Amino acid sequence: MADIPAYAVSRATRSSRIGMAIGLIVLIILATAPWWAGRADLRLLIEIFYYLALAQLWNLLAGYTGLVSVGQQAFVGLGGYTLFALAAFGGVNPLAAIALAGVVAAIFALPTAFLVFRLRGAYFAIGTWVVAEVYRLGFAQVSALGGGSGMSLPADVVRSIADGRQAREWLVYWVALIIVLAAMAIVYALLRSRQGLALTAIRDSEPASESLGVNTYRTKLVIYIAVAFATGLVGALIFLQKLRISPDAAFSVNDWTAFVIFIVVIGGIGRIEGPIIGVIVFFVLRELFVDFGAWYLMLLGAVAVVIMLLAPRGLWGLLTDRWDIQLFPVRRALVVKETKDSG
Amino acid sequence: MDWVNAIVQGIFVGGLYALFATGLSLIFGVMRLVNIAHGDLIILAAFLSLAVVDGLNIHPLVSLVIVVPVMAAFGYALQRGILNFTLGKDILPPLLVTFGLSVIIQNALLETFSADSQRLQAGAIETASIPIGQGLAIGVLPLIIFVTAIVVIGGLQFVFYQTTLGRVFRATSDDAVTARTMGIDKSHVFALAMALALAVVAIAGVLMGIRTNFDPAVGPARLLFAFEAVIMGGLGNLWGTLAGGIILGVAQAIGAQINPGWQILAGHIAFLIVLVIRPNGLFPRIQG
Repeated sequence: MADIPAYAVSRATRSSRIGMAIGLIVLIILATAPWWAGRADLRLLIEIFYYLALAQLWNLLAGYTGLVSVGQQAFVGLGGYTLFALAAFGGVNPLAAIALAGVVAAIFALPTAFLVFRLRGAYFAIGTWVVAEVYRLGFAQVSALGGGSGMSLPADVVRSIADGRQAREWLVYWVALIIVLAAMAIVYALLRSRQGLALTAIRDSEPASESLGVNTYRTKLVIYIAVAFATGLVGALIFLQKLRISPDAAFSVNDWTAFVIFIVVIGGIGRIEGPIIGVIVFFVLRELFVDFGAWYLMLLGAVAVVIMLLAPRGLWGLLTDRWDIQLFPVRRALVVKETKDSG
Repeated sequence: MDWVNAIVQGIFVGGLYALFATGLSLIFGVMRLVNIAHGDLIILAAFLSLAVVDGLNIHPLVSLVIVVPVMAAFGYALQRGILNFTLGKDILPPLLVTFGLSVIIQNALLETFSADSQRLQAGAIETASIPIGQGLAIGVLPLIIFVTAIVVIGGLQFVFYQTTLGRVFRATSDDAVTARTMGIDKSHVFALAMALALAVVAIAGVLMGIRTNFDPAVGPARLLFAFEAVIMGGLGNLWGTLAGGIILGVAQAIGAQINPGWQILAGHIAFLIVLVIRPNGLFPRIQG
């Protein structure tokens, strides 16, 4: 008669511990970047941070919750415009306005969800796009915010952020770093929680998860609104860096959704590591081919199509097929501690 | 009178939107594929016509003789070569691949034809109109477009419900596995459906190009119009799609009448209102 071996439920693996150590070193290097990197490098890093944050958030929505939205530009734009409106007309400190931008995006997400949740699957996707267009066209009608041509952040507001240009750029850099870390931490914590299990269940089979007691509508709604909140924060950050906003830039489907989707697909959808790989590939390709303009975008689209067809789990999927590595373990594994004699 | 005029013009524009929507509806009906690149394919057809018109010096409507078969062949190849491999239980692959395709087509057009706004020159029919009394007049071109929409939808209805090809489409859509046991090649049938859809897209693109200006970036807006007409009309109902197109056209015309900036916005809002009141569309197909 065989004894049941002692076991423990574990999530950490050797590769995840090594990954965490490397991550910590990278983090220290990035946090000190203002002292060793040039102005242009800092700008590029900020851009990488907000794309990584948007990619993590879209991955949570589409890869884990099954809500394939192509309308996330709605919340980027709402966040950006909230920052500009509050800072320019409300006298709110721009950094405080970033937090409020998230709140406003979340408030708008509620009626948006009420509308788009009536649509399923691919129709949900296009429905979210329609709503984003409504916001774009709506903001183009608000003459106080510059109408269709947009507005710049007033000079005194810009000066109120920090003393001098360098201090401002450093501050925006650290805020960007904090936001991307927070976005990743929230996604990671959520996926390791009970909610994370519910999410995966919903993605795999909605009827089955409902029969096991998962309130799918509420779970999806909570995630949708949480993602809108964080996307609003990122949107505010993006336009705080750009110092200028217009409806076409704020609600751009290409900039804030298409590229983000390509990043996630290339890196690997449904894995936290995916967007990290994807964002690296995206920026390497961009730095190499940016002079080719339209050709670069065609290449990017083609790479995403080829990866979706040949390696649907992205580059990270290819890596994990070969080696069993995970940097952010969300799966649970049984680790057998000791085996007694089995007869 | 301005209002009556606006609404009448809106109804006729609805015919164009119905043409946009028919292709989308057809593809979804047969293979449950939502094609994000649909709008860009409409614009591709318009540019193709432009190239043919410039190259051969013929009338845009005559260019249909070339554009329709070329787009149909492209559709067949696209479905067989790429899109068939994305179909399955998961909705992500077709969505993302057609999204990528959309970006590729837009930028290929941008590289080939520049970002300039273009128009297909159709001569006298662009401005010709038929007076119908009380200061109202119906443009000949909008009338042609509207009649074309009715003929195309009627024709597709006939193909779907009266012909062997239509039976094969419906059988494959309902149950691909059983259809296969009857000797139906799914890949070929889906490719034929896409060819048919892009033939309609070609007609829609050329008529749109005669009616309004277009440039490589306006495809996505056409996708949204098509999508709204399909949902408002009720999924799987081709005549409903015509009704959806008309509602969209009229809503836009009323919006534009109030304030030119509200034209597109009014169409989107009409769509959202229908979505709230009748999530399954105004004329959902009765499942038999």
